[in-house]
Amino acid sequence: MTGPGGFAPETPAAAAHRSELLREMLLIRRFEEKCVELYSAGEIRGFVHLYIGEEAVAVGVNQALTPEDNVVSTYREHGHALVRGIPVEAVMAEMYGKTTGCSRGRGGSMHLFDAGRRFYGGNAIVGGGLPLSVGLALAGKMRGDQRITACFFGAGAAAEGEFHECLNLAALWDLPVLFCCENNRYAMGTALEREHAQTDLALRAASYGMTAWPVDGMDVLSVENAARRAAEAIRAGGGPHFLELRTYRFRAHSMYDPDRYRDKAEVARWRERDPIVVFTTRLREIGELSDDELASIEEKLAAQIEESITAARAAPAEPVTDLTKFVYSPVPS
Amino acid sequence: MSTHVTPDRSRAKRAGGAARAGRGTRAMTDEPVKTSYREAMRAALREALQRDDRVFLMGEDVGRYGGCFGVSLGLLEEFGPERIRDTPLSESAFVGAGIGAAMAGMRPIVEIMTVNFSLLALDQIMNNAATLLHMSGGQCNVPLVIRMTTGAGRQVAAQHSHSLEGWYTHIPGIKVLAPATLEDARGMLWPALQDPDPVLIFEHGSLYNTQGTLAADAAPLDITTAAIRRAGADVTLITYGGTLGKALAAAGDLASDGIDAEVIDLRTLRPLDDATFLGSVSKTHRVVIVDEGWRSGSLSAEISARITEQAFYELDAPVERVCSAEVPMPYPAHLEEATLPQVTGIVAAAQRAVA
Repeated sequence: MTGPGGFAPETPAAAAHRSELLREMLLIRRFEEKCVELYSAGEIRGFVHLYIGEEAVAVGVNQALTPEDNVVSTYREHGHALVRGIPVEAVMAEMYGKTTGCSRGRGGSMHLFDAGRRFYGGNAIVGGGLPLSVGLALAGKMRGDQRITACFFGAGAAAEGEFHECLNLAALWDLPVLFCCENNRYAMGTALEREHAQTDLALRAASYGMTAWPVDGMDVLSVENAARRAAEAIRAGGGPHFLELRTYRFRAHSMYDPDRYRDKAEVARWRERDPIVVFTTRLREIGELSDDELASIEEKLAAQIEESITAARAAPAEPVTDLTKFVYSPVPS
Repeated sequence: MSTHVTPDRSRAKRAGGAARAGRGTRAMTDEPVKTSYREAMRAALREALQRDDRVFLMGEDVGRYGGCFGVSLGLLEEFGPERIRDTPLSESAFVGAGIGAAMAGMRPIVEIMTVNFSLLALDQIMNNAATLLHMSGGQCNVPLVIRMTTGAGRQVAAQHSHSLEGWYTHIPGIKVLAPATLEDARGMLWPALQDPDPVLIFEHGSLYNTQGTLAADAAPLDITTAAIRRAGADVTLITYGGTLGKALAAAGDLASDGIDAEVIDLRTLRPLDDATFLGSVSKTHRVVIVDEGWRSGSLSAEISARITEQAFYELDAPVERVCSAEVPMPYPAHLEEATLPQVTGIVAAAQRAVA
């Protein structure tokens, strides 16, 4: 574990950990950059919401989670899915709508699922995942397991009734939920200040009687540190915690969005804080990352992503005869 | 809490693979016991809570208050606040929490006070409960039961009286039940809990005080078929839930008029048991559908369409429908009565059909 300052102690393990954080952020970035190409080429369709600029949040929070923990996510969830260990091939195949996709191609970009890894979607109704996270945590508490449930949602969800209902319920019932509010400052095209009378979202969460604080979501080590503190407290029986992860998406809301509502200079200012560029620079400065090492990481990721595309293209499409399969569970024979 | 389902394989199976269980009822003899719809439902809840420790009941005022309609009275004392769980007035949150808990292996029963309030949770029911299995490619089934009151007849006006179960029957991915009898109030919950997918149970508010007798060993019942509540040869009355009693009363009146009506209780509104009502129509060749929902876009419209699609040449008369007037429910008794399907209207419709 590293502190928010980040770079002590200088042990091989700490260095390897930082290298892994970088690799995971790069995986998300390169995966999504490839998605842009494939979308533009017409190979993948539907709504595709990019996480580019926000990678430090998913990677940092995930450090505090175990494979046994539950995750509920949003439609901007490629990053969460990848860091939770859903194979790149399965996520890419889902983008292609193929049966080898992590949701058998039924969900697409917005509905990545992996029940085995306790990744409960890809929810494309803003705020729609919050009640699920409360229920997953309630079940865990009733059954006496040690899992926590991490629930990701955006700042836009804080305007939905579910935000208030669920924060209240989780606090009232003392449930092990880690609320991760990814505040990227926009609800699609509506700026935070134009949507919320009180823009301090952590303050609003705290009013429900849970510990909540804002975090620099552009710094992976700050996110990791905050998530570890929160997760530790939750596991110790401290009830729900809330992190307001202040971040920014560099790309438009979705591939459909002409991005007319943001000042270009604002985007440029945030790009100067690119979580990957800044982290890479710091690793280089302290001599933990050489050009060769970075090139090697990039090369492996590129190969992995290319392989996933090749496999997805070759994978079978679901037969139309299976269209209504899974509307209901199969009847046991 | 450990997960443990009490097997009950030693006893005879009645229907739908569900095992018999008389443990929820108090009587120990084979004599029929006097009971009410409310008590039958409570006995079903008690049985479920006793047999499967994954089952818990959650909703507004289900605990200390004893349930808005008194259905869960006494269960808090018997099973404790973890399993008889009062919630805040947050329909979306607690219905969604039921979905999440079901995905995590529990068997929640969520109670919503009335169908009108369920609209505050419609997003969770439609976009999550009904959708998750298919959207996840078969990974995330939702074994959730949602109970709610529906229907009018108690002068509670335009935000507590409607019959919106027909809307829910539009949605693939959920099942919709409407217990109209004491037997069904007692026997539909357990099989609903055994279903791996979400099941909505609509309890007509006018039924809770219905008195009657129930076999001491009343057991879980099949939840896939409609029931013929009265056999007849001249005209088929198709209904469910709160209007079953009115249809049976109409059949009695028709009998004194020399018209022999068959009364079908749909019981399960989705998926519909087409075979039972089509079989009846093929016998009587005349049909009246009685539905407390509004006529336009209703369940009665769906049934009428299925009859014309699948039994058109069996019909000797146009399909008749008796539905609620298309108004928000008014408060005064005479206007409420005028809004709802009534026995006289059903009789008149049947007479037109056989004319």
